[in-house]
Amino acid sequence: MDVSQYLDIFLDETKEHLQNLNTQILALEQDSENMDTINEIFRAAHSLKGMAGTMGYKRMQTLTHDMENVFSEVRTGNIKVNAQMIDTLFQCLDALEEYLSIIQESADEGDNDNEPLIKELNRILNDKGGEEKKADPQTEEAPAKEAPTLNTHWMNVECKPEDRLQIKEAKEKGKNIYGITVIVQEACLLKAARAFLVFKAIEEIGEVISTQPSSQDIEDEKFELDFSLIVASERQLDEVLDSVKKVSEIADAMGDIYVLEEEPKAEEPETTVPAVAQTTQPEVLNKSETPKAVEKPAVKQPEKKAAAKQQMNRTVRVDIEKLDVLMNLVSELIIAKNSLVSSATGTDQNAGFNEQIEYLESVTTNLHESVMKVRMVPIESVLNKFPRMIRDLSKKLNKQMELYMTGEETELDRTVVDEIGDPLMHLLRNSADHGLESTETRIARGKSPVGSIFLDAYQDGNNVVIEVRDDGNGIDADAVRMKAIERDFMTEEQAMAASDEDIIACLFEPGFSTAKQVSDVSGRGVGLDVVKSKIEALSGEVEVKTRLGEGSTFIIRLPLTLAIIQALMVVVGGEKYAISLGGIQTIEDVDPKEVKTVQSKEVIHLRGSVIPLIRLEEVLDIESKRDPDENMVVVIVKKGDKLAGLVIDELIGQQEIVIKSMGKYINKCKFISGATILGDGEIALILDANALI
Amino acid sequence: MAYEISTQVNEIIQYVVVRIGEEQYGIDIKYIDNIVRMQNITRVPKVPAHLKGVINLRGEVIPVMSLRIKMGMDEDEITKDTRIIILKINHDGIGLMVDSVKEVVSLNVAEIEKVSFENREERNAFVQGIGKQGDSLISLLDINAVLQE
Repeated sequence: MDVSQYLDIFLDETKEHLQNLNTQILALEQDSENMDTINEIFRAAHSLKGMAGTMGYKRMQTLTHDMENVFSEVRTGNIKVNAQMIDTLFQCLDALEEYLSIIQESADEGDNDNEPLIKELNRILNDKGGEEKKADPQTEEAPAKEAPTLNTHWMNVECKPEDRLQIKEAKEKGKNIYGITVIVQEACLLKAARAFLVFKAIEEIGEVISTQPSSQDIEDEKFELDFSLIVASERQLDEVLDSVKKVSEIADAMGDIYVLEEEPKAEEPETTVPAVAQTTQPEVLNKSETPKAVEKPAVKQPEKKAAAKQQMNRTVRVDIEKLDVLMNLVSELIIAKNSLVSSATGTDQNAGFNEQIEYLESVTTNLHESVMKVRMVPIESVLNKFPRMIRDLSKKLNKQMELYMTGEETELDRTVVDEIGDPLMHLLRNSADHGLESTETRIARGKSPVGSIFLDAYQDGNNVVIEVRDDGNGIDADAVRMKAIERDFMTEEQAMAASDEDIIACLFEPGFSTAKQVSDVSGRGVGLDVVKSKIEALSGEVEVKTRLGEGSTFIIRLPLTLAIIQALMVVVGGEKYAISLGGIQTIEDVDPKEVKTVQSKEVIHLRGSVIPLIRLEEVLDIESKRDPDENMVVVIVKKGDKLAGLVIDELIGQQEIVIKSMGKYINKCKFISGATILGDGEIALILDANALI
Repeated sequence: MAYEISTQVNEIIQYVVVRIGEEQYGIDIKYIDNIVRMQNITRVPKVPAHLKGVINLRGEVIPVMSLRIKMGMDEDEITKDTRIIILKINHDGIGLMVDSVKEVVSLNVAEIEKVSFENREERNAFVQGIGKQGDSLISLLDINAVLQE
């Protein structure tokens, strides 16, 4: 079977299951008796095994199978959860993640058998003592154990009056009536489909009269590992059973002659040989009198209709490409709207036309919002791997620490969520490794021996803010200052003159690390600079606040979305440019006489602060068309604590613009962040004010 | 005869023949997405001179390159014949400005004379072969070299 087309789904779902396992095992570590958790773990492990098996990843299957065995024993209470076992299980999860990443790269699971882990799992299994079961992963324990009861299940098949009639008719035609119980393999994924194949195999040589559970339930997979049928066939029982067993993923099938209670003995068939030594006379019929909810006569062939599943998934996976298409459509709609707007201005505006525009505007705004919402995913998917990471770090660093997270439900654009994981992980590691003091130091300082790391996410206007905070030592500005001199980041005079804030900002420079020891947690000199560049690539910003001895807070600010922004349209030298509204503080009318020169740089005084001027025509290599004696229009933009005034020729106004990529064949300079298409079809470039300051 | 048919099937390449100055250049048709008339180009600051800017092609922003400047010739003179050839390579679009578009020719690989690397001079650096169409010669552009920085 070619399964490659399912690879993406497999990867996605396996990741989800692994994440779930991680979370649940963490919970188990806290509360080892919680049956809900144990059951959830068992289910996730079971699904994992099944999926790996279906995809043909044998090693992955073997490992998960052994894990499942352990969970199964935990579930029955034969094994008690202990710390060592939790560690082993976490190692198994790591191994599985490794398989997964290899699969993701090469569609093959690689050749690491993870022997030691499997041995360890089996040791846990064997150590439990008491009534010993074989630890051999291949043993199908459940069917073996339950077989004696399972194979008589067919006796419970309901027999309604019309079924009796059918049985009689069939007998008159000389057919044999069998009761059959089919057991599907534990690892079987599509039980309903297998059941369908069983039905089909039987229909070829006979007729299905009744089933247990009802055929509808079988279709809906509402059965455990077995289902039973009453079958009329001219063939021998063995033949029927063989044809059933030929269906793949069927563990076993057994059956016997089915006898209606009040059947005359004379009609006992002469040809059949029971497959299983089994002569119990069934007492089926006394049950048939009680009417049940399911009353349909036996359906010959389970139809492939979309039966309502009991549980509906709350979330829907949407292909990001489809979303992008939708996004583009919306973009065009907005462009269409803009063209209407531009054709309306200038001509004598009649009211109906304006109404149309207003309507179109509200439609596009709504459409925009709803599409945005589809793109938004809760940040939870990134955050939920962190508790496990902190647990591991806590062991590795031998520090006690606790992670508190809030705002997991905060939503961000999918593209941002995908990218934000690594920077956050780095900041957390940073806090755990450099931020928190060792347990002894904490006690000596009168702090709680258990360090706390907080991760808070919340929405703030058009931004999402994520704070990583710890109650550790904070950043020692003087230590950083010494380091900056040592690493030649600045001269001694510069370093001494620089404010603590500027010094701490050095931490975000490439190649700067203050950790005294290189650990594999953090401190290889790559780190905060990578965090910074990654967040800036997402049009976000990161800053740090710290108090020596009390802890530090890293604050990440991210835009809610990247595709459509509110912008201020300006004209410089006859060309139109867009400046994102986000960074704009005010727009000022400045008399050229007020411009002063400080250190050969132009500045203006504005309400007590000195603001450097940036003449956009110089930056953009173009001739300004402004009269030098007239008042200048200055757009005041802000980046962090820094302000700058952009001198422009003319203001057009505020507009909602769709950011378009300019393709890879044009190496745009740093301060052009993209382009947008205006209502008249012209292109305006988007200026990144942050890069100009 | 059978032999000839098989070569035809395997080794015919179609080129769009464009005029730049006095010379004819051929662009492999497999790269070409579209040919559009000259339109308003939005200048992009701080880019190499051969990148003239960007155009709006049905809602997509596409950079436009002047082949003349890239090949060290005079600045383009925009006429009613000036065209922009839109190339699509791995979903990335770029437009090439040419003086005019002549025709589409099918060249048998056998008719193409390869230009060896040593012979590549300034202007010929972007030519991977010479095709013969009757009496006239067509310089076949090496698109990858053209698009390289």
